[in-house]
Amino acid sequence: MSGCSLLSVVLDEDRSFSVSDYEGARARWCPGCGDHSVLAATRRLLADEQLAPERTVFVSGIGCSSRFPHYLNTYGFHGIHGRALPLATGVKLQRPDLDVFVVMGDGDCVSIGAAHWVHAIRYNVNMVALLLDNEVYGLTKKQTSPTTPQGYSTNTQPHGSYLPAMNPLETTLGVTNASFVAQTAEWVPQHLFATIQAAYRHQGFSFVRILQRCPHYTEDLFLPFVQDPTRVELLEHEDGIVVPDLHSRFENQRRHDPADIDGARRLAEAGDHIRLGLFYRDETHPRYDETRSLPAHTAEEKLVLLNEELDRYAV
Amino acid sequence: MATKSEIGQAPPAATDAGTEGPDVLSTPLHTVEIVSDPGEGAQTCGQIFASVSAKMGNGIWTVEIIPAEIQPPPRIPAGASGNRIRIGTNAVTNWGDRTNLLVAFNEQVLLARHRAGALEDDATILLENRWATHDDPAIRQEWTAALKELENSSYRIVEVPMEAECLEVIEDPRRGKNMFALGLLTWIYDLDMKVIEPQIDHVFRKKKNREEIVQRNLELLERGIAWAQEHLDFRVDVPRKPTETPQVVMNGNQALALGAIASGMELAAMYPITPATSVSHQLGDIFERFGGVLHQAEDEIAAAGVAIGASYAGKVAFTITSGPGLALKTEFLGLAVMTEIPLVVIDVQRGGPSTGLPTKVEQSDLLAAIFGQPGDAPHVVLAPATIEECFHSTVTARRIAETFRTVVIVLSDANLATGVQPFPRPDLDASWQSTPPDQSPVREGRGPYDWDPRTGLSERFVPGRPGGMHTVTGLAHDEWSTVAYSTDINQRASEMRSRKIAVLQQTLKPPVVNGDESGELLIVGWGSTKGAIEEAVDRARSEGRSVSSLHLTFLSPLEPGLRDIFRRFGKVMTVEINYSDHPRAPFITRENRRRGQLSWLLRAHTLVDVDCWTRVLGEPIRPGAIHEVIRDHTRVLTDTGG
Repeated sequence: MSGCSLLSVVLDEDRSFSVSDYEGARARWCPGCGDHSVLAATRRLLADEQLAPERTVFVSGIGCSSRFPHYLNTYGFHGIHGRALPLATGVKLQRPDLDVFVVMGDGDCVSIGAAHWVHAIRYNVNMVALLLDNEVYGLTKKQTSPTTPQGYSTNTQPHGSYLPAMNPLETTLGVTNASFVAQTAEWVPQHLFATIQAAYRHQGFSFVRILQRCPHYTEDLFLPFVQDPTRVELLEHEDGIVVPDLHSRFENQRRHDPADIDGARRLAEAGDHIRLGLFYRDETHPRYDETRSLPAHTAEEKLVLLNEELDRYAV
Repeated sequence: MATKSEIGQAPPAATDAGTEGPDVLSTPLHTVEIVSDPGEGAQTCGQIFASVSAKMGNGIWTVEIIPAEIQPPPRIPAGASGNRIRIGTNAVTNWGDRTNLLVAFNEQVLLARHRAGALEDDATILLENRWATHDDPAIRQEWTAALKELENSSYRIVEVPMEAECLEVIEDPRRGKNMFALGLLTWIYDLDMKVIEPQIDHVFRKKKNREEIVQRNLELLERGIAWAQEHLDFRVDVPRKPTETPQVVMNGNQALALGAIASGMELAAMYPITPATSVSHQLGDIFERFGGVLHQAEDEIAAAGVAIGASYAGKVAFTITSGPGLALKTEFLGLAVMTEIPLVVIDVQRGGPSTGLPTKVEQSDLLAAIFGQPGDAPHVVLAPATIEECFHSTVTARRIAETFRTVVIVLSDANLATGVQPFPRPDLDASWQSTPPDQSPVREGRGPYDWDPRTGLSERFVPGRPGGMHTVTGLAHDEWSTVAYSTDINQRASEMRSRKIAVLQQTLKPPVVNGDESGELLIVGWGSTKGAIEEAVDRARSEGRSVSSLHLTFLSPLEPGLRDIFRRFGKVMTVEINYSDHPRAPFITRENRRRGQLSWLLRAHTLVDVDCWTRVLGEPIRPGAIHEVIRDHTRVLTDTGG
């Protein structure tokens, strides 16, 4: 909303970027970690959309997946646990000209950062929020997360998680002003890419839950779904996320209009199937970053205004 | 002559003033209070009185009397709401000691001020007397009981039929009694109607039927003047000295907000908290016109995060809070220090710990502000001492934050927040404002933390700068913001972040001693106590006591030369509005005594045995109380000590 109007940014129109231009430090995640797939899909997106590295900011919290920005050659902000969304909101309010992505784990977003998550959905600031959900705390070595399935054993709840898992899709779809809610899985790379791309192209706060395996602590969690594609259901609609190549692999397809919020909420409820696709999208919702139109004043113009203001207090 | 109230007796309220004209008390300082139930407008009356007095050439200091609840039950002492205005011939630097004249809208709020010890023994009370003859016997009984409680006091109580008088003009005196009261004060202090009228007009500027309302209020005002003229036998003359230099008059929170705008900051993120919130009210009113964003976040933590995110991406941003909020922001402040993202934090202190005294003054956040962040998190803490300094402190804070890539905490307090004082109009300068963020390409080979090995300073890579891509991180990191995996990086980076603060300290001037450069006693203070301390020191010096005072603006880093100054005095003690154990209280020894926060800091810093005298009464310290402390610690010298 402010600050950018005074910038004189010279962009080299002739530049073009390949996937390798976005490579940062070598990723240190465990072999087989789902984070690698998300990183690969993201680099492909950046190249596909030709986003200038210096005008792209990845913000993260703390956790395995929050190392994400280090492994990209863009600007990055590796923040503190649970607080990626306020940082990203600040970046975007100050610099609407930058493309902002937020990468969070399930502990980060759904637990310690839950207040920010709910309010970021409502603010509907134009950015992409990726929830990398492996349903466990990995970096701190296997503790129960809000999304850990009931009965699943961890180091803090060794007799099994006491309560039913929280469903981030239901929560997101329940928040006033939600504008883009999708779910994908890292083991379906084409769907993953198509989903992140749709999220990027959406004008507003795009929330994507990415189901992902943790080979170290929850190797078995998604195994039934990976091994048996009939337990996965694709949400299909011409306004949704459509990947025709996947139709032969995933025979369960359900038609769902992403404009239908009630249908989206029903489909988000947990069942025997995992549903991948676009649950809800509406670009008509108000965006907090567009609520105010602010003048761009020079320092001298501000002096004049401030002197007028001081006149009100003059003795 | 006005009658002294007869206990338990109904009016006549006051008799004619007679033909000889009123007695005029001429004095360089006078303190008046207007107190009512909340919603009856005593604060508006007090604010107008203060502004008009200031505009006519009096020094003023205003303190709000605020109940904890928005609309407590009527007619209870805890509901007392209003203003206390100390007016003077010269600049008034603090709220003074006790009140000389009280306008009370009921006997219960009078009791509140009496019980608080707020009134001079010989104070004059102008008291609404409708309650004496109220239809409700319970109220009549309360009136009688209240006057009985006061019967041994030597106040001069003048009953005023405020309600009856207002009913001649309006139907609902709850909404107008304050203007009648202002009329009383207008006559007593001889205020100029030409100055009052635009002030009233300004108060009602947002009302739909503004003209009609202003007219009605002026009628009430005139009625108050007429009643006073006819019935009162005294007036007060506080000689006025119109100043040559242009002045502005405002409270500390308004000054903080306007100063922030003058500094060029364009994003404030906050969460409502007393007594800081009115800074954001001021910004909410005008910030957008300056291109500024006021973001009311979902919580205190998010407010810090949004401000840091904004600062990271461009111009320095700020967050506004009070003690409990500062506690919540702690982890984020550590992140800003670690990532060297400039940030200004305004903390308008209130009483603590926990929810404490939300509307009352205290200076108890000092050590939390300096040392509150786990890990070593060197940053800057400074404290304005006057309303004027509130304005300029945000400009200074923004500049330091940016130059040194660090966090600057500005410690104001509830006393400054609501205190109103005239000060020289700031001579605004465009160079005070931050410049738009550098978007030029980063030179090859430069890292985002290319610390100058001597100063620890480095260049900021704001997103948008080609070639500057990196990931800032709260993890220990090297010059390239690469996560530290070797042993020496954390040591070196810690040195660099600390070194910057030493460089800043070297640019500070030694503080100036108020009074002689050496002597028997040195009083050291910080923040809003400056005016009261200096007034007390002046009084004691005029008695021939060898006492000086020193006031610190920078608390972290501390200003240079303190040990040398302290060693020139026989005794050094701080005066602060925070808790310390009384040295002679049970179980308290030299070893276990908990001391005032600045005292603790100065002892560690200078190795001088700095004593302290502190109070947490939920009100500013009175100069008279400090004067007593000075008397306890000094002798009267035959040589008056200059």
